[in-house]
Amino acid sequence: MAMLEVKNLHTYYGNIQALQGISLEVEEGEIVTLIGANGAGKTTTLRSICRLLDPRQGSIILEGEDLANCKAHEMVYKGVAMVPEGRGVFSRLTVAENLDMGAFSRDDASGVRQDLERVYNLFPRLKERRAQVAGTLSGGEQQMLATGRALMAHPRLMLMDEPSMGLSPILVEDTFETIKAINKEGTTILLVEQNATMAFSVADRGYVLQTGEIILHDTAENLKTNEMVQKAYLGIE
Amino acid sequence: MLQRLQNISFLDIALWALGAIIIFVVIWGTVATLIENPYPAQTWVETVVAGIAQGSLYALIAIGYTLVYGVLFMINFAHGEFFMSGIITATIFLAQPMKASGFLDAHPVISISLIAVTAILVSVGIALLTERVAYRPLRKAPRLVPLITAIGASFFWQYFFRGLYGSEVKSFPQFEALAGKASILGIPILKSHIIVIIAAVLMLIGLYFFIMKTKVGKSIRAVAENKDVAALMGINVDRAVAITFAMGSAMAGIAGVLFALVFRQVHFFMGFIPGIKAFTAAVLGGIGSVPGAALGGFLLGMFESVGPGLFLEGLGIPAPHQLKDVIAFTLLVLVLIFRPQGILGERLAVEKA
Repeated sequence: MAMLEVKNLHTYYGNIQALQGISLEVEEGEIVTLIGANGAGKTTTLRSICRLLDPRQGSIILEGEDLANCKAHEMVYKGVAMVPEGRGVFSRLTVAENLDMGAFSRDDASGVRQDLERVYNLFPRLKERRAQVAGTLSGGEQQMLATGRALMAHPRLMLMDEPSMGLSPILVEDTFETIKAINKEGTTILLVEQNATMAFSVADRGYVLQTGEIILHDTAENLKTNEMVQKAYLGIE
Repeated sequence: MLQRLQNISFLDIALWALGAIIIFVVIWGTVATLIENPYPAQTWVETVVAGIAQGSLYALIAIGYTLVYGVLFMINFAHGEFFMSGIITATIFLAQPMKASGFLDAHPVISISLIAVTAILVSVGIALLTERVAYRPLRKAPRLVPLITAIGASFFWQYFFRGLYGSEVKSFPQFEALAGKASILGIPILKSHIIVIIAAVLMLIGLYFFIMKTKVGKSIRAVAENKDVAALMGINVDRAVAITFAMGSAMAGIAGVLFALVFRQVHFFMGFIPGIKAFTAAVLGGIGSVPGAALGGFLLGMFESVGPGLFLEGLGIPAPHQLKDVIAFTLLVLVLIFRPQGILGERLAVEKA
């Protein structure tokens, strides 16, 4: 059984249909990537999965449990954390307070301390800046903070919305190294990306999204050599 | 340089001129008053202490405006009624019967504690009910909609309590222990003012630590910044908003008790003027900022108390203390013109619009 099963998702903004029947699966331990152009519905898919949007049709099943009646703030208690689009750090809270909020759902103080250690080891920069207000961090540091904050929930499934957006090429490399490392430690990842080259380099499988529909779905290896994908998303003629 | 001059409109010049005239009048009045020296030093000290006491009431009420604005970007104009509802209920059901039976004079500490707890509970209850019924369904509506609703809620509660308790002014009993003056550093000060100032400062410090240091306080600040991301952290946004209303109205409930201790009367309309003044204080300090609301409250109380005697007396204006509201609202207009974000405020209006 797949860890996350999304079936026939239809999501609307008012009367505008953004998703026209998205179905996808994520197996435990995988990195699955969702690629597509601007406006294809990648972010809408993630926001629908974590219940920030209410799909009109379709179901989201996490480890056999239908999440139809789940609220957005209950998702993290089910083991799902998200690194939102544009990072979404709390800019007037300090770095340490942001990480604190990441662990809001948890009561196990010792586990939280361990995860804080882990986040600070993964991103030493955050430890240096822990007393600093998050709004004063650079884009790369904010990305680290958003990722670290999601890790503080100790999620089994992590949804990441364009972590490479607006970062320099070196930082993009670092970000994807981190994603691989987090996955190795046992967190399943659903990764939304525009940078298909990097996404395929870490992902096991991929879905290609176009105007609210999945048009292609295969292993990352096969997608890399797919002619249509090469042309449209990898810039290879 | 020329470019910059061209960007200045006539309106800007007119506004700056208005500011300059007001500052000129204030300085002229102050100098004239000081030369004339109509009051002894003792009177000035009393005026300053009264200003701080009045200011602490404004600060406590202003907290409610600023907290709710910080989280929902809405001006809760019914907040003055949350302030009124608690103390008017506690006066009718506790303070007056306890005075009549002699319990209040026999056990003043127990009495005031009961009155305070009741006032807080009623204020918080009314606030939570209003939030749930009138504001929450409009959370996603354009910002003007909850604003109008808040004005409606304000009238609703005024006339609800008028219908419930009658329209006459009700006397709040005198506490013998708080009658008269105490001498601090050789300066005689009204005991009720001392209590008001100490209680308000303690409440404000407590609230500040709650917001800054506790998990719930941090979650409220997270919700104020980004509700969607806060929800992803596992924060129940509806509950955080309700807690915000509860804290603001608890402060208002306490302010109601302190108000009654000083002025010794309550009525259904008593929340209106303090509510508007506290809103002024919140804007003055920077709406959305907790220290700003406190600072704005104290400043406004001080201006109102000292202002008429200091600025207006020397101009030969008869009965200047009748004009303290003019000073308060002139201050509001000046702040809105020259520093719309307030003394400690960030430019929220731009950021969140």
